[in-house]
Amino acid sequence: MRSDGNASAPLGLKIAAGAGLAFLHLPILLIFLYAFTTEEKSYQFPPPGYTLKWLSVAWSRPDVWDALWLSVRVASISTAVALVLGTLCAAAVSRTKFFGRETISLLVILPIALPGIITGIALRSAFSFVEIPFSFWTIVLGHATFCVVVVYNNAVARFRRISGSLVEASMDLGADSFQTFRHVILPNIGTALLAGGMLAFALSFDEVIVTTFTAGQQSTLPIWMLEELVRPRQRPVTNVVAMVVVLVTFLPILGAYYLTRDGDQVAGSGK
Amino acid sequence: MTAVLFQQVSRHFGAVRAVDNVDLAIAEGEFFAMLGPSGSGKTTCLRLMAGFEQPTSGHIEIFGETAEGVPPYRRNVNTVFQDYALFPHLSILENVAYGLMVKGVGKIERLKAAEDALAMVKLPGYGARRPGQLSGGQRQRVALARALVNRPRVLLLDEPLGALDLKLREQMQEELKSLQKSLGITFVFVTHDQGEALSMADRIAVFSEGRIQQLGTPEEVYKRPQTRFVADFVGSSNVLPPDFVESLGFGKHHASLRPEAIALGDGPGRKPFSGRVTAASFLGAASRVTVEAAGARVAAMLPASVAVPAQGDTVTLSFLPEDLHIMDGAR
Repeated sequence: MRSDGNASAPLGLKIAAGAGLAFLHLPILLIFLYAFTTEEKSYQFPPPGYTLKWLSVAWSRPDVWDALWLSVRVASISTAVALVLGTLCAAAVSRTKFFGRETISLLVILPIALPGIITGIALRSAFSFVEIPFSFWTIVLGHATFCVVVVYNNAVARFRRISGSLVEASMDLGADSFQTFRHVILPNIGTALLAGGMLAFALSFDEVIVTTFTAGQQSTLPIWMLEELVRPRQRPVTNVVAMVVVLVTFLPILGAYYLTRDGDQVAGSGK
Repeated sequence: MTAVLFQQVSRHFGAVRAVDNVDLAIAEGEFFAMLGPSGSGKTTCLRLMAGFEQPTSGHIEIFGETAEGVPPYRRNVNTVFQDYALFPHLSILENVAYGLMVKGVGKIERLKAAEDALAMVKLPGYGARRPGQLSGGQRQRVALARALVNRPRVLLLDEPLGALDLKLREQMQEELKSLQKSLGITFVFVTHDQGEALSMADRIAVFSEGRIQQLGTPEEVYKRPQTRFVADFVGSSNVLPPDFVESLGFGKHHASLRPEAIALGDGPGRKPFSGRVTAASFLGAASRVTVEAAGARVAAMLPASVAVPAQGDTVTLSFLPEDLHIMDGAR
């Protein structure tokens, strides 16, 4: 039987699907709810009262701002590094044939399949082996390992769709390598890079495991939240911050989704 | 003046000799065809001219200037690609203006030139569309305009009509020919279609296995093929074995004889031979008859006015001695 899109599913399946989605998303709403509770020591349902004071408390705490600022910087720089390296790697793998190409493709993707804790331990022991002190840059290095993969995966798919003769046509018409990249390659892979970059940013922004092994004394926002949970006072501040994190990571992912969804129009040259 | 000069040019890919010791000289303003089956080296030769490939050995000159090591973007040569390679993210007008844009020509000037080029290929007013909105034939014209707007000294065409249907192809053949005449630009085009090469080109180079088998005018290549390959590939000429040629009194050589030079029956001054009909088919304007004669298979193209002999009949065929072409260098 062909599924032509407008056949109605059985009622049981609809309920099951609805329950699944509710299970996925209701707990997030609960986080939002507790951001406005008057009870500060434990999560009590239903909340005894509602207040907006935690927003201003969170706003005035310097440790929140330090963690947020660190996370934004780490995510931005990791994404920038990933955009450059991921694009170069994707270009090499999709445009040329060389010995060991498939192996390199696999090795690039591997870090995202590897459990974060293994990446973390590996990086930590490597850093201490060559005696690199933990710093902002060790966090960036740790995050770049999986950010590169995300950009690479997006870019390599798009590169494969660009017909090789487009590059030759550009050169033939008098454009040097830089002009060809600027006027032909970039416009064709631009949305893929934007989507990959946004995804990489979101991944870096909420990363915990690799960060705990590479951060030293500094706290990124997710690490700060983890530490706050064990403290008894001013718990709703964590929820306020969580709400911000959800918004900050959700918007880029939504953007990436819409950008890559319509990617079919950026095909190579049709015959 | 010589537009393109190849001196003992070879291009090897590992053990594969894609182009093997090729010499050729294309004159300025010439319509030059490189004809051959796929894998014969004709496209690699075109890419050597465009600069996408560099020769393994040998010397290439374009209008007297050494071309080895000169990248495609510094050659005054433009290509019409087999798949047209139009930029999907640009409008038709921007596509055509691309070459001028990267050379730094001002916007108003280059768009005006692009409009003119579109008008030249009979697509005025199509500038705002995208490549995906055009038919195959229209895209081909855009590719032509995009190359010609740069005023190249040599235009390279890679199987330019390969993707078009028969009617459109015939129309484009005439247009390309008249365009080349009016512009006076040297055209070099690659094709595997012998009819296309014969009808359009001033001269033809027939390629096989990386080498030029014969280089000459369409008439020379068609009527006096120098090798068995050329005789067979350019219009499926009969290649007669030495014993059969000797039995007709021409000496022990390979020879070629065109199917349309053979007539049914004998006549004054003609060479007759007899054979048994193994196949006969009516093609409309003519009939194609294959006979088995003294160990040689000979195909004859008979005019439609002649009754088609039945299969198994023994018939007498004849030809004028000057139509038989002895191939000395037969390979």
